[in-house]
Amino acid sequence: MSTQAPHTAYKMKTPPRTMTGAEAVVASLLEEGVDTIFGYPGGAIMPVYDAFYDYQDRLRHILVRHEQGAVHAAQGYARVSNRVGVCIATSGPGATNLITGIADAQIDSTPLVCITGQVGSHLLGTDAFQETDVIGISMPVTKWNYQITKAEEIPAAFAKAFYIARSGRPGPVLLDITKDAQFKTLDFSYEPCIGIRSYAPYPKSRPDDVIAAAALINSAKKPYILAGHGILLSQAQEEFAAFVEKTGIPVASTLLGLSALPGDHPLYVGYLGMHGNYAPNVKTNEADVIIAVGMRFDDRVTGDLARYAKQARIIHIEIDPSEINKNVKAEVAINADAKEALLALMPHVQKRSHDAWISEFKALDKIEHEKVIVKDFTLPENSIKMANVVERISRKTKGEAIIVTDVGQHQMVTSRYYAYRGQDNNVTSGGLGTMGFALPAAIGAKFARPNEEVIAIIGDGGFQMTLQELGTIFQENTGVKIVLLNNNFLGMVRQWQQLFFDRRYSSVEMKNPNFIKITEGFGLKARKIEHPSELDGAIDEMLAHDGPYFLEVVVEREENVFPMVPTGASVAEIRLE
Amino acid sequence: MQKKLFTIIAFTENRIGLLNRITIIFTRRHINIESLTTSECEVEGVHRFTITTRTTKERAVKVVQQIDKLVEVIKASLHEEEETVYQELALYKVDARQIAENGLFTAFLNTIKKYDAHIQTATDDYIIIEKVGRRVEVFMLLDALKEYHVLEFAKSGRVAMTRSANDLDQYLRDVEARVAEEAHEVGV
Ligand SMILES: Cc1ncc(C[n+]2csc(CCOP(=O)(O)OP(=O)(O)O)c2C)c(N)n1
Ligand SMILES: [Mg+2]
Repeated sequence: MSTQAPHTAYKMKTPPRTMTGAEAVVASLLEEGVDTIFGYPGGAIMPVYDAFYDYQDRLRHILVRHEQGAVHAAQGYARVSNRVGVCIATSGPGATNLITGIADAQIDSTPLVCITGQVGSHLLGTDAFQETDVIGISMPVTKWNYQITKAEEIPAAFAKAFYIARSGRPGPVLLDITKDAQFKTLDFSYEPCIGIRSYAPYPKSRPDDVIAAAALINSAKKPYILAGHGILLSQAQEEFAAFVEKTGIPVASTLLGLSALPGDHPLYVGYLGMHGNYAPNVKTNEADVIIAVGMRFDDRVTGDLARYAKQARIIHIEIDPSEINKNVKAEVAINADAKEALLALMPHVQKRSHDAWISEFKALDKIEHEKVIVKDFTLPENSIKMANVVERISRKTKGEAIIVTDVGQHQMVTSRYYAYRGQDNNVTSGGLGTMGFALPAAIGAKFARPNEEVIAIIGDGGFQMTLQELGTIFQENTGVKIVLLNNNFLGMVRQWQQLFFDRRYSSVEMKNPNFIKITEGFGLKARKIEHPSELDGAIDEMLAHDGPYFLEVVVEREENVFPMVPTGASVAEIRLE
Repeated sequence: MQKKLFTIIAFTENRIGLLNRITIIFTRRHINIESLTTSECEVEGVHRFTITTRTTKERAVKVVQQIDKLVEVIKASLHEEEETVYQELALYKVDARQIAENGLFTAFLNTIKKYDAHIQTATDDYIIIEKVGRRVEVFMLLDALKEYHVLEFAKSGRVAMTRSANDLDQYLRDVEARVAEEAHEVGV
């Protein structure tokens, strides 16, 4: 349902073949239809790397420059392809370097299988060289993990890992394989996992809930839909658009829900949350019925929970039962995958329109336009603003490029001004807010969809967290476009210091290196612009370039992102300046 | 909301590390586990956790949902005091010489009888008493034994059963049927 099923050709149990555990790892990956894997070798995983040598024609291994790059690349790959992303690292430091990305994937429901080597099983627990308890460390941030200590466990463990990663609410899984299990031999035969008795990934909507939800929707005067990541994960964009168009209900999106409904759809009213649009936030506290689809009422969306949508009767469509009533109490909950729930609801909802209600959004849009957007877009004489860059890229790519953002002001500006209208074309680190995510995630996305434009929009701070992955781009000639919005500040932190800490700028200004020399050193075509007059030409040049391209745009140093719901405030108290 | 003592019962696969996965759910939310007992149950290969915790109903419900969500947890449920039958087991070691020297043997035996406990083992040096009961009863006996000099005291966590005729075996058969049906639906 959520992510693709294993390669159909391997439905049948394959006849046994004797091989090493290391080869069985590769064979299991092939059985699951994996053709690309991101990783970095080392002592405890060397047998598997040796097995890769014989399978280079079927399994492409992308050598990253740091294991964090491997896991973020696997995330980027998974996010745009609806396939399971796979990464591999050695024990100890290799394994711990994966943790940030695993935590990111866990909170953003990204299907991953992460493979780590481990010291020989006789050395477990002895503080052997490069031994780390990665099972213990990764436990809180994985959907499931497992330590393989015997070669014969490999096929079943991999089958289970892929099944768990992709089914239900997707998430990261880690398999830790001791070195002896890689060396020993087994009779390999593969049987895909088709279910686990302790795990119910596909809850079915209950007819009573569907009827109750439809009744609420049909009688609502000011209904409002909040679209979340779950719509994309269940590939329900079409069903969602049909539902929205039939019910005529305005739709706002969470950060990870962007692209669930095209940005230019007449019923799309904007983006929710801390730096979202004005109307979508304010109207949350005026709607009479809220239909939340595949979203989890994160605090960045709700602001002060005690003053969030108290007037509204809430319908929550959610696959993960532990998310229902976690933050916001639902009057009706449909515990099901978004696609299934929308299909079930469809025959019971009436065709309606809500023009007067939608025009209320439009009235507030005008205020936001006057107070924020006009300012954001006025191109100053001698400097460029982030919004100018994003808006032009949006226009020139027709909203169809895969946009990978890092974390900070540039991320919020991009979410506000890129008119996403592609299929799964928004990749960002939402729940964890991991700086350094964008560059490697963009590499992964490009491997998954090589024929599409992949543009990473990154801040000068975040770029310096994982810029070693330029080496991966160099080696693979990965055609990603990198747009560095350089304000010479950790801009988002600076904004908070300005607004909430009396402008006491503490460790937020950066002495930046010559990014052009750096990127040229890695073989990228690179250009730096500072003047508005150069903007159009530079973006055109970047988009026309066949191959990796780095565009540094020097932007205004102390711009602030508005609107903003300050911490502790209600969504209705969103500030415009 | 008021804090109360809740009993959580979870049936799980018998897997290394699962105890850890369960306890970090409490740790992360800064909720204390009052007692935790784990053992085999009536179905082979299935383990049973009995956990007591003092918290609000709302938090207890959320903790149980998180436990239930773990891939290898078959079923987790939350129970208030009235809904369960529960017991704890306690062992007390008292100083046999002191009882003998002070001529307290009769009084000591009457105490044990009064609290419905019994003697497990006796040597010239010590006597070990065993008591099954609820937590308060176990501690009342501890108090009463103080005058005989308690050398050691140990008690188990709670073991509990619900007051309903659930059948885990049937439940598992239903689950396995569901798994097979789902597998059929997703076309694997
Ligand atoms: C790994 C990590 N460390 C720290 C932070 C806190 N943080 C959030 S935004 C931000 C500033 C980002 O600066 P930059 O990359 O230059 O982007 P800008 O806000 O200037 O666009 C920081 C430090 C974070 N999100 N992630
Ligand atoms: Mg910056």
